Amino acid sequence: MTRKKRRLMVLLLAGLGLGTATALTLTAFQDNLVFFLSPSDVMAQRPTGERAFRLGGLVETGSVERRTGSDGRPAAAFRVTDGPNAISVTYSGVLPDLFREGQGVVTLGRLLPDGSFRATEVLARHDETYMPPEVADALRRAGHWNPSEGAAPPAASWNTAPREGRSGG
Amino acid sequence: MDRPLTLGPGAAAPRPAGGRNLHRFANPGRFLRATGRLLPALWAAALVVLGIGLAWALLFSPPDWQQGETVRIMYVHVPMAWLAMGGYTALAVLSAMSLIWRHPLADLTARELSPVGAAATALCLATGSLWGKPMWGTWWVWDARLTSVLVLFFLWLGHAALVRAFDDPERGARAGAILALVGIVNVPIVKFSVDWWNTLHQPASVTRFDAPGMHVDILYPLLVCALGFTLLFAAVVLSRTRAAVMERRVRALQLARARREDGAAA
Repeated sequence: MTRKKRRLMVLLLAGLGLGTATALTLTAFQDNLVFFLSPSDVMAQRPTGERAFRLGGLVETGSVERRTGSDGRPAAAFRVTDGPNAISVTYSGVLPDLFREGQGVVTLGRLLPDGSFRATEVLARHDETYMPPEVADALRRAGHWNPSEGAAPPAASWNTAPREGRSGG
Repeated sequence: MDRPLTLGPGAAAPRPAGGRNLHRFANPGRFLRATGRLLPALWAAALVVLGIGLAWALLFSPPDWQQGETVRIMYVHVPMAWLAMGGYTALAVLSAMSLIWRHPLADLTARELSPVGAAATALCLATGSLWGKPMWGTWWVWDARLTSVLVLFFLWLGHAALVRAFDDPERGARAGAILALVGIVNVPIVKFSVDWWNTLHQPASVTRFDAPGMHVDILYPLLVCALGFTLLFAAVVLSRTRAAVMERRVRALQLARARREDGAAA
């Protein structure tokens, strides 16, 4: 075995060891690496009221109620869902522009004794679909997609979707 | 004492057999001749493609249905993110070549690559932050994607500083190569962080197994911009490496002349 071959083997072995160690570490810390808990996680874990945590999911369709709080600031109540479970959230403050029904959100706050969630911060989470507004409109008109009810259909169907009056430019 | 890299053109350092095919490309004279021909074309291609891509992306592409005009930050943010990760993979390959084959040109290229990679990663973080404020409602969060990219930035900076921290450039190159190879575990973490853990950052739109989740009117200008930035990145790194090779050669010639004059005076 030449010196070069030996160095190559040492490097490969070191890489294998390092990769395994990293994989094991990340697996061990799996629970601490999540940025937010879904409503189902919260139902299963029941975090105590003293601890602030992040609750994430989709804003349930038809659940948003905007009002003005007693201090004159805008406030909102809505439900965050991940499908099987949903949790009521109250928040006072300005919601991000992208906030709407069916949109992903991540909220920071505490669980109240009655099981609802009091948020001090609401962040919008957008999905990975990008399309011109006319295409989104065309999909909606054709009944292929309602943004407040779920993810967009596969891209292959909208790249050929008919569109009226391009405004891009 | 400098390394064989500083020998004159054509005077390839004697090497043991085996790595000869690879070392054909390590000959600095051949590298200078090849890059001398390649670089003007590379710079021209980079500027033309980037000009077309940026004009298309910023002026002629449609806004996004939910993000509006803000989506245009993506045309810089995404190419910078790809370069940060692709460039780091290239750095790891160069480091492996340096450690296994003691490839002096790989050392020099790695040394010149890391500040450029750090700049690309910094631009990725800065544009991402500017994009996060209007869309998510925050400049920064400690989710898995953002944190792992910040670690990638520190790895780039660490490599750039470490290879320059030794009086003996060969020892610096060795230390930097080990750092770069250890850091490569972070690249798959950056890439798959959005799939493995729930993050505020959305999953990949383009580099995924099924069709891109992007309309072609947005996807094509993005790909042209990415190609343009990649060509620019390559042109900058190759120009820096060429300058570094020339710098070493000048130093070696000065050293040789000083030695000759010393010999004549004695």
